[in-house]
Amino acid sequence: MTVTALPTSGARAKPSSTEIVASGIRRRYAAERRFKMYGIAAVIFGLTFLVILFSSIISKGYTSFLQSAFRLEVFLDPAIIDPSGKREENTLLMADYSALATDALIKALKIDPKVRGDERAAGALLSQNADVELRDYVLRNPGEIGKTVNVWVLAHANADSVMKNAFDREIPEARRKLSDKQLAWIDRAAAEGLLKLRFNTGLFTYGASSQPETAGVGVALIGSFFMMMTVLLLAVPLGVMAAVYLEEFAPRNRLTDLIEVNINNLAAVPSIVFGILGLAIFINLFGLPRSASLVGGLVLALMTLPTVIIATRAAIGAVPPSIREAALGVGASKMQAVTHHVLPLAFPGILTGTIIGIAKALGETAPLLMIGMVAFVVEVPKTPLEPATALPVQIYMWATAAERGFVERTSGATIILLAFLAMMNIIAVILRRRFERRW
Amino acid sequence: MPNGLLILCIALLGVVGWLLGVMRARASVKGQLAKLHSRPHYYGASALLWTVLPATAVVLAWLVAEPIVISNAVYKSLPESVQAESTAVQTLTMGTIDAVAHGLRFLTPTEISDARAGKANMVEMLQSKGIALAAAPRPYMINAALLQNTMADASRQMVTVGGLALALLGLAIGYLRINPARRARNGVERVMLIGIAAASTVAILTTAGIVLSMLFETLHFFSHVAPMDFFFGTVWDPRFSAAGRAGGAEGQFGLLPLLWGTTYISIVALSVAVPVGLFSAVYMSEYASKTVRTIVKPLLEILAGIPTIVYGFFALVTFGPFVRDLGASIGLGISATSVLTAGFIMGVMLIPFVSSLSDDIINAVPQSLRDGSYGLGATKSETIKRVVLPAALPGIVGAVLLAASRAIGETMIVVLAAGIAANLTLNMFEPVTTITVKIVSQLTGDLEFNSPQTLVAFALGLTLFVCTLALNVYALYIVRKYREQYE
Repeated sequence: MTVTALPTSGARAKPSSTEIVASGIRRRYAAERRFKMYGIAAVIFGLTFLVILFSSIISKGYTSFLQSAFRLEVFLDPAIIDPSGKREENTLLMADYSALATDALIKALKIDPKVRGDERAAGALLSQNADVELRDYVLRNPGEIGKTVNVWVLAHANADSVMKNAFDREIPEARRKLSDKQLAWIDRAAAEGLLKLRFNTGLFTYGASSQPETAGVGVALIGSFFMMMTVLLLAVPLGVMAAVYLEEFAPRNRLTDLIEVNINNLAAVPSIVFGILGLAIFINLFGLPRSASLVGGLVLALMTLPTVIIATRAAIGAVPPSIREAALGVGASKMQAVTHHVLPLAFPGILTGTIIGIAKALGETAPLLMIGMVAFVVEVPKTPLEPATALPVQIYMWATAAERGFVERTSGATIILLAFLAMMNIIAVILRRRFERRW
Repeated sequence: MPNGLLILCIALLGVVGWLLGVMRARASVKGQLAKLHSRPHYYGASALLWTVLPATAVVLAWLVAEPIVISNAVYKSLPESVQAESTAVQTLTMGTIDAVAHGLRFLTPTEISDARAGKANMVEMLQSKGIALAAAPRPYMINAALLQNTMADASRQMVTVGGLALALLGLAIGYLRINPARRARNGVERVMLIGIAAASTVAILTTAGIVLSMLFETLHFFSHVAPMDFFFGTVWDPRFSAAGRAGGAEGQFGLLPLLWGTTYISIVALSVAVPVGLFSAVYMSEYASKTVRTIVKPLLEILAGIPTIVYGFFALVTFGPFVRDLGASIGLGISATSVLTAGFIMGVMLIPFVSSLSDDIINAVPQSLRDGSYGLGATKSETIKRVVLPAALPGIVGAVLLAASRAIGETMIVVLAAGIAANLTLNMFEPVTTITVKIVSQLTGDLEFNSPQTLVAFALGLTLFVCTLALNVYALYIVRKYREQYE
């Protein structure tokens, strides 16, 4: 076909055919190299983006695994905590713990409490939840009242960002969130070892909070766990049963054709449509509670079902017919051949497909927004019927929060989510390598 | 007995049935198992099925019917003046009765009779038990609530007794039916077959559920807004839902700006994903050495495994501001959320989707076609451009259509990176909004299922479903047709 590309005729001095071919070859080889370069460029584009995405998220998020806290020697003053001395729970609950924490900080930093405003400025360095931490400590150890105890108290998000070198000191003092004085205190506390970056266990245990330093993915992790369990208990048995039927027993007729077309389509239906289905059927019609992880699990199970069915069918289809024939030959029924021989041999493939399906469900956000998982849930849910959030939904909520400190939290939660997904996918790959069988 | 416990009891009886069945089967042939038609555990399974299936079916049917029957009876017991009120008021009344019925469980009989006689304040009594009532219930409400509780209690007793009796009866029948000549395996396997056949219909039920639930609410929506105004309106301005007002505030629900936003972002996404995906597929299948392929292919596919919320977050905090600053430095006003931002990031997400599908399709082109082309003296790229790609074209078109359907239905990237203002614009640097964004914004927060502001989301969902369904069916048809061509 290259012949047609050559000049067909020339009226004037004709170049020899070797010259024509030679010039053509140079051109064609150049085109060949260019074409290959396009391919390489496309691959490099994809890989570069992958690197940028990961490095951006990790560089923004790794600091969220550390959290600044003050080590304070707090005098648990009985006059403030429990003036009556009766140790009643209500009195202990209502006491002014933030005053205790602020006093301890002032003492530690050797600030003169008589200078106006200094006490408040120092108090602003502590997390607004400092009093809750102290209160819980006292409620756990009521015997310590009247003693001086050594406790770690979370620092405010602003102080935290100074510790992580994320605070811009160049901005004029009036527009900064921390004054020069406060910055000096922080620097001194850090130098004296009063203020330290510690591993952030709160990120994994706290629920929703309006303060970045006490916001965590605890509720989301539990919610996601309940949902994954629901998916596992519903989608996997149903999917495997459906796949066995379609692959081994179903007659070829209109109904099974319809089922197949349906499954292929459901695999490509936008996930948000499943969310609308969940809202209309599970919440409106069946009256299940909104924001419950059970409903989220049901929706995700319906979404994962086609993936499980398709993976299971592929795994069953890969088992050679000779296995079935051998089983039938020694007198097994068809059902026995399938349950005793085909399914165990297809098990690794089914497992791999299931893990990948569940990993997909774990990262899914849109359908969960539809069923009200966008909720401010502080308490860790104990049953799947209580309000909860999910890991990706938590990321969505933090991503839209205005506070600067939440960007770090969002990236941190994203790292946790990606770590879970990577773990599941690696397990799937290992299982496939380990049990893969070539017939 | 609570439902969970009842089901558990039936299941336990089933296990008992299984054990008894196995024992009876063994005993009936005095240990000479060869005389049995089936292995003993099939007799056990048959007894188990007899015990569990009828009882569970009846209990489940009862549980579905119970609330309907009771609320009907309660409704009938209400005074006629109440029955004549509007639907909204009736829903409220029934809700109050439910709350009162729940509260009555915590009160002693004397307290209840006091409340009925009007001697005691019901709201305060319930408050002390930790139950909040909005307003003091009328006497007829208390009567209705008492009726509801009596009926619920009676129903509870009936279903417990009935379910357990049925399970025991089934156990007896299953047990007595066991004899060595009985074909227990065939029966058990038939039940298993019916079970797995039923499981395979879940896919159809899901699709039917999607279509019906959305169709129903969409028709409801069209009773508020004319279909012409929805499909051909050019203004999207739903206003806020005015709670309590019948019909809600007037708003304009024009689909066109949303449809345009969706299409525009998809076009941008595809113009990133298709060239990059296609070229990398060509490179992977025709040029790359085996080692490169085994390393790079899984790496590229990681892009497909990253949740879309992560892409959305990246677009929001990193890519959007970057593009905005870049635009500012060369004097272009690009907003951080724009068609370009959302489309580009979505395009990156779609790269592995296009490339792995195209890869399969290119690999399916028979080697003989390539060899023929090489034999005529064509270079590799000439062969690809003039032989392989034209031969693979239908399949590639199918892959692109599937990618387009993904792009249309994608939600989280556009929610975070495309903007929320409905905009009919050709400017790529301005924010637009999409169908999916509007579904999310209309359905999160407080819902009121009578207002067009909420119902419009179902109409949008149905539109989205129909669009993607058409694309999917057509694309899958093309891909299948193409595969058959070379098989």
